[in-house]
Amino acid sequence: MRVSIRNGRLIDPVAGRDRQEDLHIAGGRIVGAGAVPAGFEAERTIDATGLWVLPGLVDLAARLREPGHEYMATLDTELDAALAGGITALCCPPDTDPPLDEPGLVEMLKHRARLLDGARVYPLGALSVGLRGEVITEMGELSDAGCVGFAQPNRMVEDLQLLMRAMQYAHTFGHTVWLQPRDSSIGRDGVAHAGPVASKLGLSAVPVIAETIALNTIFDLVRETGCRVHLCRVSSAAGVELIRRAKAEGLPVSADVAVHHLHLVDRDIGHFDSHYRVDPPFRSHGDRDALRAGVRDGTIDVICSDHTPVDDDAKHLPFGEAEPGVTGLELLLPLTLKWAKEDGIDPADALRRVTVEPARVAGIETGTLGAGALADICLYAPEERWLVGRDTLRSQSVHTPYLGLEVVGRVRQVLVGGRIVGAD
Amino acid sequence: MQHPQLRPDGELRHLLSIDGLSREMIHRILDTASGFVGVSERDVKKVPLLRGKSVFNLFFENSTRTRTTFEIAAKRLAADVVNLNINTSSTSKGESLLDTIDNLAAMDADMFVVRHSQSGAPFMIAQHLNQMRGDAVSVINAGDGRHAHPTQGLLDMYTIRHFKGDFTRLRVAVVGDVLHSRVARSDIRALSILGVPDLRVIGPLTLVPEGIDSMGARAYTDMREGLRDVDVIIMLRLQNERMRGALLPSAQEYFKQYGLTREKLALASPDAIVMHPGPMNRGVEIESAVADSPQAVILDQVRFGIAVRMAVMSMLGAHRE
Repeated sequence: MRVSIRNGRLIDPVAGRDRQEDLHIAGGRIVGAGAVPAGFEAERTIDATGLWVLPGLVDLAARLREPGHEYMATLDTELDAALAGGITALCCPPDTDPPLDEPGLVEMLKHRARLLDGARVYPLGALSVGLRGEVITEMGELSDAGCVGFAQPNRMVEDLQLLMRAMQYAHTFGHTVWLQPRDSSIGRDGVAHAGPVASKLGLSAVPVIAETIALNTIFDLVRETGCRVHLCRVSSAAGVELIRRAKAEGLPVSADVAVHHLHLVDRDIGHFDSHYRVDPPFRSHGDRDALRAGVRDGTIDVICSDHTPVDDDAKHLPFGEAEPGVTGLELLLPLTLKWAKEDGIDPADALRRVTVEPARVAGIETGTLGAGALADICLYAPEERWLVGRDTLRSQSVHTPYLGLEVVGRVRQVLVGGRIVGAD
Repeated sequence: MQHPQLRPDGELRHLLSIDGLSREMIHRILDTASGFVGVSERDVKKVPLLRGKSVFNLFFENSTRTRTTFEIAAKRLAADVVNLNINTSSTSKGESLLDTIDNLAAMDADMFVVRHSQSGAPFMIAQHLNQMRGDAVSVINAGDGRHAHPTQGLLDMYTIRHFKGDFTRLRVAVVGDVLHSRVARSDIRALSILGVPDLRVIGPLTLVPEGIDSMGARAYTDMREGLRDVDVIIMLRLQNERMRGALLPSAQEYFKQYGLTREKLALASPDAIVMHPGPMNRGVEIESAVADSPQAVILDQVRFGIAVRMAVMSMLGAHRE
């Protein structure tokens, strides 16, 4: 279908373009901006007056909870939520039940996602069988089935020899290994940042060294193996500084931060509000400021939602027993732009962190509005105010610290491959 | 943010933590308690302030002692008492925590006395009840994880005030496993609110929580140095499971370093009092000769504990007339 999107403010972080311009689409791809290309006749025209026309977002961490945790969320609900958040491509971590450690599971997931005709789904394969950290997975087969990387989410594997071998093996075939820098023993039972807040509330703590020890280990292994590593969910100032130095050294590493970590700190836990139970935990003001600075200077390449739908039963528990994780797909864009506004960052610059940069990390083709690019597009009403609640969120889970709060900015319409999908 | 234990007019709706109480409120509770101390010595040990009210002792973690003191306090106020021991520690139980609460609240409970192994559990229960039942049900935190044990904190303050009077001139040391101790957190918070100028915690670095200075206490690792000239010594119980493992090598070594002996007690002010929340591990954190000495006020704490709990219950009950 040939579509023209008219009168919108076109923001393309790749071209550094930000101006009012029309956008023309044919055959699922962008054919040009500005004047109507010769011979182009739109079958459908979308009036984007007052809206921003953006590349569809790419989210590097969206748990869809299938297979195994369908009581928390399903592909239907979460892919719908992704579109409601302007996300047209997402990576899902392998910590499902069973974990994504064999090609059949990955193919099934891809197949189910295709049938639903929503956001593009790029699974991450498990780095080790069952994520148990004992045996390397069939990375070649998993890659053929559609995996864009191999991850050991949440904690480092204890067996560093296995990790080194897995990285060597991944590097042999040019795969990226995705690791969350969190030591498996230090702060093992921790639920809150080690500091005055955890001490006062009597919550078991996760010290910052759980992150820095893991980062130092990972960097040593990168030096040894040459493997490209993507660091997931950085949480501390010390962590950001280590990554900055590793990048200056030229190590092939990239990093992401969860968008809520750019806004919230441990003090916000207040009186044990389990909506603030996340992994890694919210840390201090200083850590949050360093994360913001890290995103600004590019030390942290990507902002992700770290979307983790949790059901009511698992969240309505005392803080330490509550399941970590927040719903985030529908808040990624507004919260990213909130950060940009607060720190005086140009929207086009901020949008790099949720479009072209994550696409580069995952090695997928999307994230720009240049001629010839996939027509994955998001139309955004930057001033629209909405209340985060059960009736406004599409995700099956409503558990986020923003529940009940007003958020500015909402996605109006999404195109995936030039087709209008999930429209109201 | 308004503390969930307070009503809009600043009065107590629940008692969840010492944090959130003003100095005036603490003194008011202690003053009320002093009126109840005499009750225990009378022939008829009843003040029927809670007649017709139901108090549910809801213990998700075992504690015969604390439960009994709450039971006695409630009965002296003429309340009906229901004891429930619910031995669950995880979500694997059939019924969720809040379902349990809803069921019990439907049985017209007026007050829940809650002990739970998780820090913050009574907050969750209180907030849930505020939502579901408005002002109808009060929650008293009888100990939550490592977080708080406010009635113990208050009875400790009562004891200190009884023996020492003015808080604003005192040197107080809290000794032992501060990291895991809800009693220590409640005592430290209360002492700080009451204006104690010299507040110390004494223990090995493995048992002193990070950022203790932000709670208004100074950490000492050398017990002899920390006890020098103090007026009040609060010894903490060392849980059995901490004695062997990564935090401490052995009970023997702990006693040698941090056990309160006559010799170490001599470094404190000559009229220093020795407190302990019980149950004591004689020969681990405290020497028998000290525990049984005239300076020990451990049994007074127990006696005052009943009065303080009566005070809290009567104050919470008073708003429901």
